[in-house]
Amino acid sequence: MAGYLGSYATLGLLLLASVVVFVGAFSANRLLRPASPAEPIGKRETYECGVDPVGGDWAQAQIRYYVYAYLYVLFAVEAVFLFPWAVIFDRPGFGATTVVEMAIFVAVLALGILYAWRKRILTWT
Amino acid sequence: MIVAQDPTLQDFGHDPWWLIIAKIVAIFVFGLVMTLLGVWFERRVVARMAVRPGLNQAGPFGLLQTLADGLKGAFKEDIMPRTADKVVFFFAPTIAVICGFTALSVIPFGPMVSIFGHKTALQVTDVPVSVLLVFACSGMAVYGIVLGGWASGSTYPLLGGLRSSAQMISYEVSMGLSIVAVFMTAGSASTSQIVAAQRSGQPISFFGLDLTAPGWYAILLIPSFLIFCIAAVGETNRAPFDLPEAESELVAGYMTEYSSLKFLLFMMSEYVAMVGMSAMVTTLFLGGWRAPAPITTFWAGANSGWWPLLWITAKIVIMLFVFVWLRATLPRMRYDTFMRLGWRVLLPINLVWILVLAAIKVLREDVDSTSRNLILAGAIVAALLAALLWPSKKKPPAPTLEELAKSRPAGSFPLPPMDLQVPPSPRARRAVAEREPANVGAAPEGEQE
Repeated sequence: MAGYLGSYATLGLLLLASVVVFVGAFSANRLLRPASPAEPIGKRETYECGVDPVGGDWAQAQIRYYVYAYLYVLFAVEAVFLFPWAVIFDRPGFGATTVVEMAIFVAVLALGILYAWRKRILTWT
Repeated sequence: MIVAQDPTLQDFGHDPWWLIIAKIVAIFVFGLVMTLLGVWFERRVVARMAVRPGLNQAGPFGLLQTLADGLKGAFKEDIMPRTADKVVFFFAPTIAVICGFTALSVIPFGPMVSIFGHKTALQVTDVPVSVLLVFACSGMAVYGIVLGGWASGSTYPLLGGLRSSAQMISYEVSMGLSIVAVFMTAGSASTSQIVAAQRSGQPISFFGLDLTAPGWYAILLIPSFLIFCIAAVGETNRAPFDLPEAESELVAGYMTEYSSLKFLLFMMSEYVAMVGMSAMVTTLFLGGWRAPAPITTFWAGANSGWWPLLWITAKIVIMLFVFVWLRATLPRMRYDTFMRLGWRVLLPINLVWILVLAAIKVLREDVDSTSRNLILAGAIVAALLAALLWPSKKKPPAPTLEELAKSRPAGSFPLPPMDLQVPPSPRARRAVAEREPANVGAAPEGEQE
């Protein structure tokens, strides 16, 4: 394995090795665990603190903070631009202009989070 | 004496196949042993902090307790709830564990060593963006938790999984931004190069003073270091941020329905993630596998050969101790305070810090010293002025009761007079006097058999 992708190929091998480990572990578990366990009523019910669970399987929940997912996308995209910039910005030929450009970019995003803050998205509803 | 030979990116990807397999096995063994000892370490330390003996039954100092628990878990019956999504329920714990091990694989454990004649670095592999790989793995590991919570078909795991996803996206942002500061200083995104960049301090000139900046980024970039540590605790779902498995509210959170090996895998993923995060903090901020400063001054060979394994393990254990210390000290945070910390405190501080750092770097390199000092002095004066003149929100004094009563609209319910003295009711006094004592039915002392 040589070349640029050689070091990535090692990661692929690691995934392969973990597949082997898990297949081994689950087969060992299958062999070790009780072969024909008892099946009392209610054994395969979900846990509900001692009472029988009522209603459907998946509960309906109000997802608070779902707007955070949008904010996350905002900053994840920002990170995509920030990471390469951070690696190269002080190499010769970049200098102050690069920093000012990034400052403007970050300021625009900071305005975004300020707006969310003012709109009281960051508070518990 | 041989000096430490730093690996470069070209040194990776040339290992023969048996060496790669040996390294991968070594990583798995390292993760497993650290899990076994980590659980023991945590329980012993927490017990010590709570002034109780802790594990002391299985093996010397209870060292074999985790092994016994693990074996016992493998012998247990695997129960899958009737309502579970079978495929996802099965794969969720493996996702969590594989992500943990993949993150460990790019951690540099030492310099170039010779194994059976092959010169190779003590690191499974390194890629130009290996820090981002670790970052991605810690993000992917949340899939294991979220899917496990969802696939259980039960209420508590679902809530645990949802909390985990909100937690992950909030702290991933802070963590990513603190990594940016490291990239800016090291000029690379590969773990081995970041360790190499922390080798020695750099000279800086500050108002005519010539100082040596410390090599470790933990001191040089202390805001990033602190934010990264906080975010690492949030990412690994550890106390005081262990909301996804808050046992007082959610039973056991996402792993309520899991049993046998799958439960063990979730436990293992938590500890492997902890070890991975500790190793990451060590690599990014604490000089990686290099010996701490006083050792190298009187022992030049401390950084060569296999010795670095000792240093990095010691640093990882210290970071694990911090994790345990936090768990033993701090109560669990409330969910909304936790989110507020991430978005309103860590994120803005990080954004400002990155820009300040960029400005400092540009000032150091592109501007001559006189105008640099002028700009620095101006910035300090501006910061002081801003702190002095920052508008402080003055709360209006709370209205008194009389004012509140007067401001009521006409036609409101009548109010009793403010200074009304209610005399004690004569009937109540009589009732108290005539009531029998509460323990009248109990047998008087001395008459029991």
